[in-house]
Amino acid sequence: MAPTMETGTSTSPRQNGPHQSSLLSALSHRDGGLRDRQEAGLASALGWVGIGLGAACVAAPATVGRWIGTKDTDGALQAIGLRELVSGVGILASRRPASWLWGRVAGDVIDLAYLANALHRPESDKPRVIATVLAVLGVTALDVLGAEQISERPARRVENWGGEKGIRIHPTITVNASPDELYRFWRNFENLPHVMRYLRSVTALENGRSHWVAASPAGMTVEWTSELTEDIPGRRIAWRSVEDADVVNSGSVSFRTATGGRGTVIEVEMLYEPPGGTLGGVLAFIFGKEPGQQIREDLRAYKAFVETGEVPTICGQPSGRAGQSTCRTGE
Amino acid sequence: MKANCWFGVGDMRVVDVPDPTIINPRDAIIKVTATAICGSDLHLYDGFIPTMQSGDIVGHEFMGEVVEVGPGVKNLKVGDRVVNPFPIACGNCLLCKEGLHSLCENSNPNRWMAEKLWGHSPCGIFGYSHMVGGYAGGQAEYVRIPYADVGPIKVPDTVTDEQVLFLSDIFPTGYMAAEQCNIRRGDTIAIWGCGPVGQMAIKSCFLFGAERVIAIDRFPARLRMAREKGGAEVLNYEEVDVREALREMTGGRGPDHCIDAVGSEGHLPGSAGLYDKLKTALMLETDRAPSLRQAILACRPGGTVAVPGVYGGFIDKFPIGAIVNKSLTIRSGQTHVQRYMRPLLQRVEKGEIDPSFVITHRLKLADAPGAYRMFRDKEDECIKVVLRP
Repeated sequence: MAPTMETGTSTSPRQNGPHQSSLLSALSHRDGGLRDRQEAGLASALGWVGIGLGAACVAAPATVGRWIGTKDTDGALQAIGLRELVSGVGILASRRPASWLWGRVAGDVIDLAYLANALHRPESDKPRVIATVLAVLGVTALDVLGAEQISERPARRVENWGGEKGIRIHPTITVNASPDELYRFWRNFENLPHVMRYLRSVTALENGRSHWVAASPAGMTVEWTSELTEDIPGRRIAWRSVEDADVVNSGSVSFRTATGGRGTVIEVEMLYEPPGGTLGGVLAFIFGKEPGQQIREDLRAYKAFVETGEVPTICGQPSGRAGQSTCRTGE
Repeated sequence: MKANCWFGVGDMRVVDVPDPTIINPRDAIIKVTATAICGSDLHLYDGFIPTMQSGDIVGHEFMGEVVEVGPGVKNLKVGDRVVNPFPIACGNCLLCKEGLHSLCENSNPNRWMAEKLWGHSPCGIFGYSHMVGGYAGGQAEYVRIPYADVGPIKVPDTVTDEQVLFLSDIFPTGYMAAEQCNIRRGDTIAIWGCGPVGQMAIKSCFLFGAERVIAIDRFPARLRMAREKGGAEVLNYEEVDVREALREMTGGRGPDHCIDAVGSEGHLPGSAGLYDKLKTALMLETDRAPSLRQAILACRPGGTVAVPGVYGGFIDKFPIGAIVNKSLTIRSGQTHVQRYMRPLLQRVEKGEIDPSFVITHRLKLADAPGAYRMFRDKEDECIKVVLRP
């Protein structure tokens, strides 16, 4: 069993159409580059900062040297500038900007060593060097943050999303039961709140439509009506929200027999526009109520329920803690 | 009820907690009649296991009398005398069906925590941190048993509590390590660590047909028990160079198979031991593994190194080159206790083995905090403590 979860948020490709300068397009908007990622902002900003600083160091090392207080003339700053230029272009143009960002982190360490050395040189302007050290530390933190952001989750573009911003979750799990049994459970959407704890209720309406009520991160509820877009018995069910949805979303669940007949692989795919926009999605991710994790946990609970007839829990068991009983962590 | 709870590193306390109740249909409640402190409980006590929460009830070796069963438990009834395995396993998932109960796919509600550390999660375990479920343990007057139709087994009145209590963990654990060595008649097995699991492993190796067992420790009482009760030859690693001694004792060939029954808090004299102390102190590795390294280096080419000792995180200077160039097999795992309980109960009933020989201290549950300290510090020649509520 290897559930996977991926989130990725596309910025609208239309914003950055062919009317922009060709250099800018080439650098920051190549297919597979940064444009698909919510973290594009920070990473590309760091790329441009690198190019700007790098150009300054290469073109006017003496001036930069005075600014930062090192006053050196031995070419070290030009070398640093060249490195900044290369890594900046690398971040913006590369299909794998993460490695370039990690390269920047390594570069920051070199810069800090250079500055530490400068502190001991008599000709240095020490207050300025110290200020520079602090600035470089800040940039290092940003570089690490940016590199971690785009290293962790291989993002995928949201297809057929009409250029809107959205989040895609794609958990999978293997359950010891036949595809038909599992399909029957899922096809009756009213069963889903038993499994998916973020769902408060699902009510079947006419014409394959259903009304969904779900908990949102702030403790409020959101509602929408869905329609079936695909229904292949024993194989696959797909749905999408119709007009006036609080959360524009679509999803599918498919069932296939695992290799060797070892159960059924359930693949869920959900696309949605998070309440509060992409920022809401990012905040939810940072502060823990990240829906991918939640849905993956819910799928596990579902697996346990199907296989064992109950969902394992420690809610309600005793402990030596005062007050409330221990409960499931990670909710 | 009274329960022994973890409140921090070196801080166990017996306090009043609410009685457990049936939560799920397949639960049962057991009134504990005997429980033991396991060597792996010391890892909790010493703070080597992350995701403990202050107030967690500990203890995973216990037995008792069924006092309540959920509607889903058909094979047990109130009044049954049972021994309970430390892993919690559903019996329904793919891995349970393969007999790999300690890898149950369903019983740990906090799988995601364990996955962060290990890629996948083992089963839920009683009283052994939230990363393996956060289940309340059995060093208490009562305990809730999830999937009670799969775990606990009934024991006849012809055997005493002390004879069968260790079916819950250490006997199957030592036995599985010996089984993993694929012992052939005439083999020589070296075992690092003569704590309770090491003692059970010594006995088990002989049950599997080993001709010689060489047991390694530094505490005279443990070595004496290994020699007198287990029939092992013994080495005190503070007095001899273990690898050299093993080479000499085996005609230069090395022990056919090795068992590391020490786990993550091993000691070694000299620079090698100091190295791990330093690295763990600096948080550069989480586990100390001098015994594992030594077992790998000492083992005869083509042999097996079985690791029943518990490791939780990362070690360095792992001699992978020796494993490759000596064609060693490394085997490990939390014990699939459910798989071994019935056959081992039969061995106890037949009188082939009486695991109670390891018990050195019989105390009350209320004495648990002092017992942990004594066991950790190896005071009073303490090897195994049994607590009675």
